[in-house]
Amino acid sequence: MRIVPFIISAALTTGLVAVLNTPLSVGKTKTPRLGYFLSPQQGFWQNAEPENQSFDGNIVTDGLQDKVEVLMDERLVPHIYASNDNDAYYTQGFLHAKFRLWQMEFQTYVAAGRLSEIVGPDRIATDRFFRRLGMLEGAEATMKKMANNPALQAAVASYAAGVNAYIKSLKPEQIPFEYKLLDYKPEAWTPIKTYLFLMFMSYDLTGRGTTTDLQMTNSKNYFGYEDFNKLYTNVQDSLDPIIPKGTLYEPASVVAKAPASLDSLYFAKTASVTPSGPEAPNKSNGSNNWAIAGSKTKSGKPILASDPHLGLNLPSLWYEVQITTPTHSTYGASFPGSPAVIIGFNDSIAWGVTNAGRDVLDYYDMKFKDSTMEEYWFNGAWQKSVIKEERIKIKGQPDSIDRVAITALGPVMYDKSYNANGSNGRYLAVRWTAQDGSSGLQTFYELNRAKNFDDYVSAIDHWTCPGQNFAFASVSGDIAIKQQGSFVARWNRQGDFIMPGEDSSYLWQGMIPSSENPMIKNPERGFVSSANQMSTDSTYPYYLGAANAFPLYRGIIINKKLNAMSGITPDDVKALQTDNYNVFAEMARPALFKFLDESRLNASDKKYVGYLRNWNLRNDVNEVGASVFRAIWDSLEVAVWADEFKNASLPLQWPDESTLLEQMLRDSVVLFQDNIATPNVKETMVDALTVAIKKATPYLQQMEKEGTLAWGAYKDTRVNHLLKIPALSRLHLPIGGGVHIINATTNNHGPSWRMVVHLVDGIEAYGVYPGGQNGNPGSKYYDSFIDSWAAGKYYRILFLSKEAAKQNSQFKWRITFTHA
Amino acid sequence: MKFIVAIVLHAFLAFAIGLYSQFPWWLFIATSGVVSFFIAQTPAKSFFAGFIGIAALWAGLATGKDLANAHLLSSKVAQILPLGGSYVTLILVTALVGGLLGGFAALTGGYLRSNSTK
Repeated sequence: MRIVPFIISAALTTGLVAVLNTPLSVGKTKTPRLGYFLSPQQGFWQNAEPENQSFDGNIVTDGLQDKVEVLMDERLVPHIYASNDNDAYYTQGFLHAKFRLWQMEFQTYVAAGRLSEIVGPDRIATDRFFRRLGMLEGAEATMKKMANNPALQAAVASYAAGVNAYIKSLKPEQIPFEYKLLDYKPEAWTPIKTYLFLMFMSYDLTGRGTTTDLQMTNSKNYFGYEDFNKLYTNVQDSLDPIIPKGTLYEPASVVAKAPASLDSLYFAKTASVTPSGPEAPNKSNGSNNWAIAGSKTKSGKPILASDPHLGLNLPSLWYEVQITTPTHSTYGASFPGSPAVIIGFNDSIAWGVTNAGRDVLDYYDMKFKDSTMEEYWFNGAWQKSVIKEERIKIKGQPDSIDRVAITALGPVMYDKSYNANGSNGRYLAVRWTAQDGSSGLQTFYELNRAKNFDDYVSAIDHWTCPGQNFAFASVSGDIAIKQQGSFVARWNRQGDFIMPGEDSSYLWQGMIPSSENPMIKNPERGFVSSANQMSTDSTYPYYLGAANAFPLYRGIIINKKLNAMSGITPDDVKALQTDNYNVFAEMARPALFKFLDESRLNASDKKYVGYLRNWNLRNDVNEVGASVFRAIWDSLEVAVWADEFKNASLPLQWPDESTLLEQMLRDSVVLFQDNIATPNVKETMVDALTVAIKKATPYLQQMEKEGTLAWGAYKDTRVNHLLKIPALSRLHLPIGGGVHIINATTNNHGPSWRMVVHLVDGIEAYGVYPGGQNGNPGSKYYDSFIDSWAAGKYYRILFLSKEAAKQNSQFKWRITFTHA
Repeated sequence: MKFIVAIVLHAFLAFAIGLYSQFPWWLFIATSGVVSFFIAQTPAKSFFAGFIGIAALWAGLATGKDLANAHLLSSKVAQILPLGGSYVTLILVTALVGGLLGGFAALTGGYLRSNSTK
């Protein structure tokens, strides 16, 4: 009888296939399908790109009108030479997909609230959050607006066609590594995905209000408005605004009137909420940019610098590209997921952006008739809401339906089904300018082609959200900066807290006309700059929003240094962009020593205070003083604030570091210096500082023992893979800088693209970003720029005509696209 | 000799069918079953011919990819799986997974033959 062993053996074979073809649970995560993943002909081995890979190719496609030539330089930057614009964007889409497909699709899954489809039930809260915020509605509104911009609409469509041509050309074994790891497949690209990605950028740069508005409401309720207003003050003594102090502004043409019930319904203590949104953009999302006029440069031509500070990820958010067609020739950092160049230059102008930080997102406390949310009370009557059923697909589970009510004041974010405990059963609608859609991509489309200042102004006029400071410089010698966006004309403190939503008195009353947005052109001081600080002093006739959205110190040091410099060269600008001088510490150290009583310190305490005293105020990789300063300052914040904040049962945001520092500098009584846990003793700042140092000492001793006291090790910068898998990330990078420093590199956040453009004829430009052009973790171009970036080095950008590029030895490969 | 021929056939046919990547990765169990159906051997020999044939194929293909790639990706994957970051271990695991499946498929094919011929 051989039938039994046959059956057993057949069953074993089948069972083995089944096991190896199924994702297995290991702890909280799932393995890939191991047999598939390890299969050399289909699995991850196929993504191991040969070191000497040639990127030459000839793509035959029916999506083009004409032949396109792409020359790839040695850094794997494509230089696209096309005979018409749509062919160029088709090619850009194809190349984005070829090198970044997984990332660009993943980002749009996140934006669309579809993460659960890929990673399973753990991220349902995130998906519900983005859907309730109105990401898809915003993307759809953007798509509708595109009908007014037919050329751009065609560009986005060509781009999508290019992405899809690449996806179609993929054999199953060629799909990117992460698809194999997470076990799913690419889907077709559509224009809406481009708009979803842009919505995600709007969220990343203006979405902090989804958390901070709730926290600020709680703080106001906890401390009362009077103390709140001191702790979260809108006064910044040391502010050096983007538009120099003393600039005169026309009176506001849109005057927002504060409601009569302000004191009783808004500034008074209202119901608190526990904000527990699953996501919040990083507080440090910001940037530096500046443009220097020829009067201050060695060559007599302007120099522009831009470095957007964002989360540091692999694959990088950015992808370098040159696009050259008969209508224009541009180079810079592009977004995989979108056509055109986002931060860059062309042969006539250069531009860079920083975040404006203006508040364009508010919550309204809504009253619904019942939990069906079908009717809400507004202006004295029950109004019908629109109920939307969101179907969320979940990997390995049945779909989940989320029921969202949409009101005239925005979609309801928190209700009885979402974060029910946290919202105390209340209904919070969220109103955000990005929900209205945006024609912002038109801005980049036109900037890519802009020839002069007038073109720049009309290009950025299309920009609505996220509000940005657009720095500009031209070969013809102009420099300018404008804070541009669609900004709400607010009464003082409007929208800093949750607003009553039962009548129209708290609604937005109008938007600030673009012509009244802050701008300067060719100022006498010879430069313009921005670093996310408040754009104007208090004489600007509109309310800019709560000051804690505007970091102070980078702006101060950039302006101070630029004022002092002359005969500036691109190398000077690179040195400035990567500078690690800590101006916050320059101001804070004397304030600390003012309150220091050394007689109360022991020998160990004194040793670290000595490090602080002898520190050169630079946050370079090897400075121990920088770590000591950070530890003592953090410890002081705890000594001053923690006792007051500890008793709050709700999550509150601590005051900004500038609040404590400015009080210490002001010589007035520092708020809350007394420790309320010791009712019999009245602590002073001297006591608080003594306690702070004594608490910091053992911590610093531990660091010193472990050899991590030097600033680089203390800060421990990393560039994470988007899935936060350590093996695919770059850890322990030797780079200085930090918060309040021009080189704003923190633990996992910082300059995501550094660009310096010298506007001489033919353009001299430098750039680097913490990543690499190829998103494949199996490619040596995956992270090839990171070491240069960490070392503060730049690459000389090749910006050449096709003929010149063909002669240049730094160009390695050639991909031709020909019509089928 | 039969044994060697079987090993070579297992490897060759698995490779050939593997070129059709629109089919599932495990389709070589069919070719390995067929090989061992036509080459009569003891069950142990059938198993090891399948095992060695597929393990050698998978190890060889993986090593080829890995050498050209200077162990860049394998070192990362060997941390994810986790195999201590060792590309050697990862190649061995790859070979083992392919080999086991090839072996059992061959064993099954062999038993099928002994059923149908007796």
